[in-house]
Amino acid sequence: MQKYSIFNLIKNAFSNHQNWDVVWRDPEPKKEYDVVIVGGGGHGLATAYYLAKEHNITNVAILEKGWIGGGNVGRNTSILRSNYMWDPNGLFYDYGMKLWENLSQELNYNVMYSPRGIINLAHSDAQLNVYSRRGNSMRLNGIDAVMLNKDSLKKMIPFADFSASARFPIFGGLMQPRGGTARHDAVVWGYARQSDSMGVDIIQHCEVIGFDVQNGKIQGVQTSRGNIKTKKVGLCVAGSTSLLAEKLNMKLPIESHVLQACVSEPVKPFLDHVVTFGAGHFYCSQSDKGEMVMGGDLDGYNSYAQRGNLPTLQHVLSEGVAMFPNLSRLKMLRTWGGIMDMSMDGSPIIDKTHISGLYLNCGWCYGGFKATPVSGWTFAHTIAQDKVHELNSKFRLNRFSTGHLLDEKGVGTKTWIG
Amino acid sequence: MLEIKCPYCGKRSQNEFSYGGDANAKRPELGKEISDKEWDDFVYFRKNPRGKHSELWHHVAGCRQWFKVLRDTGTHEIFKTTKLNEEL
Repeated sequence: MQKYSIFNLIKNAFSNHQNWDVVWRDPEPKKEYDVVIVGGGGHGLATAYYLAKEHNITNVAILEKGWIGGGNVGRNTSILRSNYMWDPNGLFYDYGMKLWENLSQELNYNVMYSPRGIINLAHSDAQLNVYSRRGNSMRLNGIDAVMLNKDSLKKMIPFADFSASARFPIFGGLMQPRGGTARHDAVVWGYARQSDSMGVDIIQHCEVIGFDVQNGKIQGVQTSRGNIKTKKVGLCVAGSTSLLAEKLNMKLPIESHVLQACVSEPVKPFLDHVVTFGAGHFYCSQSDKGEMVMGGDLDGYNSYAQRGNLPTLQHVLSEGVAMFPNLSRLKMLRTWGGIMDMSMDGSPIIDKTHISGLYLNCGWCYGGFKATPVSGWTFAHTIAQDKVHELNSKFRLNRFSTGHLLDEKGVGTKTWIG
Repeated sequence: MLEIKCPYCGKRSQNEFSYGGDANAKRPELGKEISDKEWDDFVYFRKNPRGKHSELWHHVAGCRQWFKVLRDTGTHEIFKTTKLNEEL
């Protein structure tokens, strides 16, 4: 594989950049693979990459119904963080943060990792108490956390509404300085390019239409481009997980919901950090192009439509205007929706299943992007070793029947509220 | 914007309603001895189809009645709404 470097850039300039290698091949599916990953999103591609890199399993196919990176990994607000209170979440996501730190070098692809810090605003004394508890729990797990008072926030985010007349006055905040953003598409392309170079077949426009299961063991998958034999199948299909599980007569504790996000017209540098509103559900950051990237609540009803409705967007953006009043002057450039696999406790599932050779990676709710590296890393381990890793040992499917839920937000089983 | 026809008040904007999920989830009978699995099924496992879905909605900023809606989760088209004691 051609390395991306300043020398190669100069060298290729002499031939008008016409002779670069293709970034990944477009192979025909083979008859048999050691592992088939269903879903060519961030998690599927990362899984294939770590299977090849960490476990030397390179006879792998990624089957993608559309094109790689066309689902949620192309539809998120690209936020990275590990500011969780519960140990299993904190340790898992922070391992992911460590993978992010070196990802551009590792993939030889600039993922534009930007640890600009994520700030959660608090709007009451009680909320500050809750945040300091969370911050202390994070620090006990070795995760960076800083409490901010109003004066320091005024210097960091001067455009927020600090006036006494604000409907939700700002009391302070919790910051994770290592939190930030990354370029979501680059993550897809970087993982795809490296996986491909190690021998992984990325097969696009190939829909899985059925599974071949005999005596409780996976034998293969049926696809729109023919049958493929394999002993191991990993599902990484986010919002479509229930649809594939139905073909296997599996019922999952998951509902699919639409979540919208939007970007404004580009403006000059305005916001240096990722900021979340504490009195509702709104988060924003500014992209390198200058657009404000914003998101918030689910639309609130089961949906596979990948598009939402204006009432939710209006609700979310009015929270944004409450936080940064001058946002009201911006025009919106684009809005879009993605389908979230909302699990019943708000935490993911990375596990084996009752079918031997079938592995499940789902339930990411609206927090899957930041987990892309660590999800792939742990899922690859689970598939290669046929057992869960310590890091995903609390993300098992049976926790709903044993009662060991990971309800970080404590909202119960009404997924559309969380 | 969804327009939802409340069986009591008629067609109103989606802003007046809140969602209540799968209309087929049935709480186990009160006082009946049931297994952990039955509880598990009731609390955590819902239908999640792409296509026609029967679900509960609440006219929370209106008559405050709960009712049933048959809606397509792929297109958001609403086919039918009924009172709770009626068949969809």
